[in-house]
Amino acid sequence: MIRRVCRSGFSRDYLIASAVVAMFAATNAGAQEPAASERGKQVFDHWCAPCHGDGPGKPGTAALNALYKGQKPALLEERTDLVPELTKQFVRTGVSVMPFFRKTEISDSDLEALAAYLAP
Amino acid sequence: MALPPGVNQRDFDRALRAFETAVGEEWVFTSAEDVALYRDAYSPFKGEPDERTASAAVAPYTVEEVRAVMRAANEHRIPIYPISTGKNLGYGGSAPNLSGSVVLDLKRMNRILEVNERNASALVEPGVSYFDFYRYLQENKLKVWMDCPDPGWGSLVGNALDHGGGYTATTFRNHFDAHCGLEVVLADGDLLRTGMGALPAAKTWQQYKFGVGPWIDGLFSQSNFGVVTKMGFWLMPEPEAYLTGTVIVPRYDDLIPLVDTLNFVENSGVVNGMPQLGSPLLGGFFNPIQSELRELIEGGATTADLEAYARRQGTGYWSCTLKFYGPEKVITAGWEWCQDKFTAAIPGATFEDGERFRFPLRPEEIEAVTRNQAFGSRSGTLPEFGIPSLTMFSIGARSETNPNPTEGHMWFSPIIPRSGEAIIEANRVFTEAARALDLPINAVGFSLPTTYWNRAFIYLFGLPVTKDAATNRANRAKFEKLVALVAEHGWGEYRTPPAFQDAVLATYSFNDHALRRFLETLKDAVDPKGVLSAGRYGIWPKHLRTGRS
Repeated sequence: MIRRVCRSGFSRDYLIASAVVAMFAATNAGAQEPAASERGKQVFDHWCAPCHGDGPGKPGTAALNALYKGQKPALLEERTDLVPELTKQFVRTGVSVMPFFRKTEISDSDLEALAAYLAP
Repeated sequence: MALPPGVNQRDFDRALRAFETAVGEEWVFTSAEDVALYRDAYSPFKGEPDERTASAAVAPYTVEEVRAVMRAANEHRIPIYPISTGKNLGYGGSAPNLSGSVVLDLKRMNRILEVNERNASALVEPGVSYFDFYRYLQENKLKVWMDCPDPGWGSLVGNALDHGGGYTATTFRNHFDAHCGLEVVLADGDLLRTGMGALPAAKTWQQYKFGVGPWIDGLFSQSNFGVVTKMGFWLMPEPEAYLTGTVIVPRYDDLIPLVDTLNFVENSGVVNGMPQLGSPLLGGFFNPIQSELRELIEGGATTADLEAYARRQGTGYWSCTLKFYGPEKVITAGWEWCQDKFTAAIPGATFEDGERFRFPLRPEEIEAVTRNQAFGSRSGTLPEFGIPSLTMFSIGARSETNPNPTEGHMWFSPIIPRSGEAIIEANRVFTEAARALDLPINAVGFSLPTTYWNRAFIYLFGLPVTKDAATNRANRAKFEKLVALVAEHGWGEYRTPPAFQDAVLATYSFNDHALRRFLETLKDAVDPKGVLSAGRYGIWPKHLRTGRS
């Protein structure tokens, strides 16, 4: 089976007819824009959950658990005090071994959606 | 806004306008706030005047846009520094070697152009991360694996070009070795394809590496001769099964035949997973050694004392976990054959059967593997099954056992010979260095190398980056001493942060630095204005070589 991604402007020599399935890449280009809260959840799942999700092997969750010692939820999605400005600050400045994220990774509009999703 | 070195405001403004024409105004970043996102998050110069920072960034979406940016940069002599996903943390992140460079951010070029299940190959752009690629394989139910490194947010292309490694089968763990075919934009905007890709009607670009004539792909890794915009990879067909088995040997000196036999079973192609050298005595990354043993070592215990301690614990001195991928009957037979070889080589060797998995893994198995890895298991882990994660970022992060997290780390990673004697010598050298330099690494006990490659060992030491500039300065000085120290022993780094790339290349000095002289000759030929990644891995354009030792 062959899977190929086709985007506008892509060279014709990839557009082989047989066994080609034109698909869009991970960025959902061409898909209908989701509602803001849904987009915020998508951004969280894509960029934050690998470190800040639930379950074992999530260094961000483990770090916040060690920091708050039960005083606050270690899971960001369970926090009730993450005002949008705080989320934006951590995403754009990082903290400890968590790096900051560029606008080609999390755009300003995606950051707005993420901050709204995590806001109380 | 900072200016690139040697560039006046008028030329820089003209170049920026040309970049905006090429990629759109939205994707040229010049504000201080935006440009700060192109710092190295783990910079060992954090907050110091010598921190390497960008003057601007430009983020193209297509190859044609990359070409237009490079043409403009070449015309106006603007230094450009390409990054893929910018997550080369511990080895430079997204910051340029030369302060004032414009970062060419390729993250938006994130197309998975082809996954060919029949040929077990792929063609991708630089912005595709391991997470992206794994998700794509899962969504399309493709029975192939991509070997991934520890952090899953890195770029397939960037990691391979920086000689990164992973954890699946031998053929795929060396990511640059597992690539097949490049597309490269040169400093003047010209476009090149390597291997069979140079054939306009090529049907085997991801099947045969060499094409005809010199194979030049290596010139585009750890270098500054071009901007790689497409890269082909060979993928691992999903195996039927995986199993592990551990060899335990009783005596200190058994390390030498243990490694020799390991080399034999790996180089014979029977063991195809990444082996794990260890010691039942010494714990591991997440499991500190027992206090009784620590007291013994710190009290000057002899090898005989430690062997006796091992016997009292009912275990051996060394262990080696072997890992196998393939048909269950075949790998079961392979493990039996290996036991025969180790028994013949090492009197008293004992064996323990380990994990067994059949693929595809069920969701509950993935959850169990994730849990085991999080609690320190170093076999049957996510990356061994081609599953990316960020689990390894627990190193340095705040945890119950590490209440004072660092601000990052810089990897010191020398290659040493694949022998027991070399491990023993390396431990003597590193233990002495740790004491002499007061290195912030564990100098108690014994350190074993990693085994990404089946022909050489790598030691990985993460020297911490802190908030304190004086500490960082001291750690940089220690790092440089380590670079010189290992070179004295005939060892050398396989990869290093930008701060040390000049020093490391300087140690590869055979015949009056013939390698560096050759690289500089190439640099002058393919990038005569020196606009691409000046200084990367110690290769400087002619106009910036003055003052180099």
